Amino acid sequence: MSSTSEDPDSGIPPAEVPDLPPPHAHGFWSRWVFSQDAKYIALQYSGTAIAIGLVALVLSWLIRMQLGFPGVFHFISAEAYYQFITMHGMIMVVYLLTAIFLGGFGNYLIPLMVGARDMVFPFVNMLSFWMYFAAVVVLAASFFAPGGPTGAGWTLYPPQAILSGTPGGTQWGIVLMLVSLILFIIGFTMGGLNYAVTVLQARTRGMTLMRMPLTIWGIFTATVMALLAFPALFVAAVMMLFDRLLGTSFFMPALVEMGEHLSYGGGSPIVFQHLFWFFGHPEVYIVALPAFGIVSDLIAVHARKNIFGYRMMVWAIVIIGALSFIVWAHHMYVSGMHPYFGFFFATTTLIIAVPTAIKVYNWVLTLHRGDIHLTLPMLFSLGFIVTFLNGGLTGLFLGNVVVDVPLSDTMFVVAHFHMVMGVAPIMVIYGAIYHWFPLITGRMLSHGMGLVHFWVTFIGAYAIFFPMHYVGLVGVPRRYPEIEAAFVPDSVATLNAFITVAALIVGAAQLLFLFNIAWSLRFGRRSGLNPWRAASLEWQTPDMPPRHGNWGEALPVVHRWAYDYSVPGAPRDYIAQDDPGPAAAWRHEP
Amino acid sequence: MIVAASLVLIVLVSVMFHLVSPWWWTPIASNWGYIDTTLVVTFWITGTVFAAVVLFMAWCVFRYRHKPGRVAHYEPESKRLEIWLTALTALGVAAMLAPGLVVWKRFITVPDAATEIEVVAQQWSWSYRLPGEDGRLGSSDVRQISPDNPLGLNPHDRFAADDVVIEGGDLHLPLGQPVKVNLRSVDVLHDFYVPEFRAKMDMVPGMVTYFWFTPTRTGEFEVLCAELCGTGHGWMRGYVLIDAPADYEAWLGEQLTFAGLPAGGVRLAGTAEEGGDP
Repeated sequence: MSSTSEDPDSGIPPAEVPDLPPPHAHGFWSRWVFSQDAKYIALQYSGTAIAIGLVALVLSWLIRMQLGFPGVFHFISAEAYYQFITMHGMIMVVYLLTAIFLGGFGNYLIPLMVGARDMVFPFVNMLSFWMYFAAVVVLAASFFAPGGPTGAGWTLYPPQAILSGTPGGTQWGIVLMLVSLILFIIGFTMGGLNYAVTVLQARTRGMTLMRMPLTIWGIFTATVMALLAFPALFVAAVMMLFDRLLGTSFFMPALVEMGEHLSYGGGSPIVFQHLFWFFGHPEVYIVALPAFGIVSDLIAVHARKNIFGYRMMVWAIVIIGALSFIVWAHHMYVSGMHPYFGFFFATTTLIIAVPTAIKVYNWVLTLHRGDIHLTLPMLFSLGFIVTFLNGGLTGLFLGNVVVDVPLSDTMFVVAHFHMVMGVAPIMVIYGAIYHWFPLITGRMLSHGMGLVHFWVTFIGAYAIFFPMHYVGLVGVPRRYPEIEAAFVPDSVATLNAFITVAALIVGAAQLLFLFNIAWSLRFGRRSGLNPWRAASLEWQTPDMPPRHGNWGEALPVVHRWAYDYSVPGAPRDYIAQDDPGPAAAWRHEP
Repeated sequence: MIVAASLVLIVLVSVMFHLVSPWWWTPIASNWGYIDTTLVVTFWITGTVFAAVVLFMAWCVFRYRHKPGRVAHYEPESKRLEIWLTALTALGVAAMLAPGLVVWKRFITVPDAATEIEVVAQQWSWSYRLPGEDGRLGSSDVRQISPDNPLGLNPHDRFAADDVVIEGGDLHLPLGQPVKVNLRSVDVLHDFYVPEFRAKMDMVPGMVTYFWFTPTRTGEFEVLCAELCGTGHGWMRGYVLIDAPADYEAWLGEQLTFAGLPAGGVRLAGTAEEGGDP
């Protein structure tokens, strides 16, 4: 323990570069459209992601209506059903979750939490959003193209993705899908480089890496992973586009379609799967790690307790990020790849459960002996732990190669990944919005509406996806618009109808959330500065909401980690990161 | 209070649902009971962890919820506790992984006594091929496919001549005889899936995949496709019938061989034209 000296900033190195003003807006276009303020870009990203997410929500209703009441809705043909599931999956995974965690929360929180005035490349940051916007427009356009959007499943496996037996396969659907993904990846790369360089280069004085909030650790690690993983999808998309438009055969062997010999030959469909999942598995953690980071901070603030085992939490994030690059083929146990891969990928996959379990323990241990305020962010965090734990544990079934054999491609898989990378991260997104809404707007979201939203979403989502595992256990395959088979008892239809009703209700509750945002923007209680009494840097800005440039005259200087809550002997139950004294009771730096 | 009670309720309802709900796997009809056992072990380990963590969380929320005057305990980390938890988790994971890998080894090791058969998938139907008297499947290639030769068998391969080709019919297999199922597709990905057998594997155009199993009870079992293969995916069905050996032999005697197909195949009479391939 070091004592307080006369000069509170002693021991903190001086700034290495001069403090430059960020590029201010000069007119309508540069302020409201091509803004270079990361906070505004964050809102553009989030707004676009939520808008296209609403499309995915409606699609999920249609999917569930078909599954719960097959044959009742005549406009849902098999073609339409496959288009719905494909677009629902792709929108949720890439265009909503990835975009909102990295483009939304990343943009808003990185500069504020590390004490920077903005992202290091504001112009590129602006371009990043507009590329993303273009990607969303191209994606949405496929709904109106001849033949409609692709119905190849969100995994887009060739050969069927580009053949006539699949909706959009030989028309516009698959082309627009691939072009949209290519645009998204270009846009993301611009944003991602920005996030990573800002974290590495633009932290304020005293903000060492091991003083960063876990939110930043999660977003930073996810960004680095995305920069390494998305190129695999990029090349896969370009190659499939060539197969589709130029007649190359990267992924296409010689084949006979409906009795007709096609001119393809020599390619391998399995290579596409390797490329797809080399991206696709890290993608799961690209969504999960920011959620891990954010939820750690929400729990610490609202339990008035430092996150338990901070260093372990940081290393767990980094180790999970690294390991997630060598587990991809656990999506391919029954793909026909060499069976010996099963030994390797099952082992790596189950090893990744260990650092993940440590994170769950540490969240729960942070609650232990805390001062738990059951605010909306805390409730959503609790909901996250339950759903993530549930979904993570069922991952141990699917990761364990031989147990996966009967379960793969069944509704068990659908239930698992919705619980673990659908419901759980979305719980965190909601918790985070309830938490940071006052920072963004200066107003609180309505607590009453928030409570209804939380309970319906949490209990409802659990009621959707927990029983769905058992539909899969019966043996019902995924991607079936209806299931009639001798081995499926009639009671499964009843269960499916129940799940559908739950899904419709949960979906409706999300509209209440949107109404809450609109209502609170105008009528919400004014929050004042730092309403949650949080220690991390983003709440210590001179203005609320922070202005362009974030910090007023001088950049803050950081003296401690982000978790000095309930420090014995301190005058309040939190000490802000830029508060020079008293000396920290606990220092992990040597 | 309500929050803690809800968390407890979630655990209770989940456990009750697992124990009393009617939704469970179909009765097994193959030797892969090992897989079911591993699955049940996994259920117990993960179920215990789920209940323990959520109940502990419920207790924390109940015991340490905010009241005026409460101050949180200050404890940044505890190496001892973290090491213990890591070790216990690693042990639990190993307890699931080890039997899993042992069973996987069995799953991919085909016994020498296994009969080889072939399943061929196309949008959206199943065809089958049995090796005939010589016990060997002849070679094949999608480039050979024609209306006369729907599975693309090599007409110059002497092992192919006596192969039994079943197009549009059901597959019969003898009870108790290990069988290696070779899987081929002529167009897109498919997956030969019979829930009662537990085993499944994708069929990939351009290559031959496989799995093996031993049928353990007679009966009729529905075949489904488990890998999205286009708009007919949900309706791509067939049947496998597991027969007592005598019934199987009787059925086998009625089947057509490849050599008999173009000449004696009634279904194809008069339709053989445009045969570009050999």
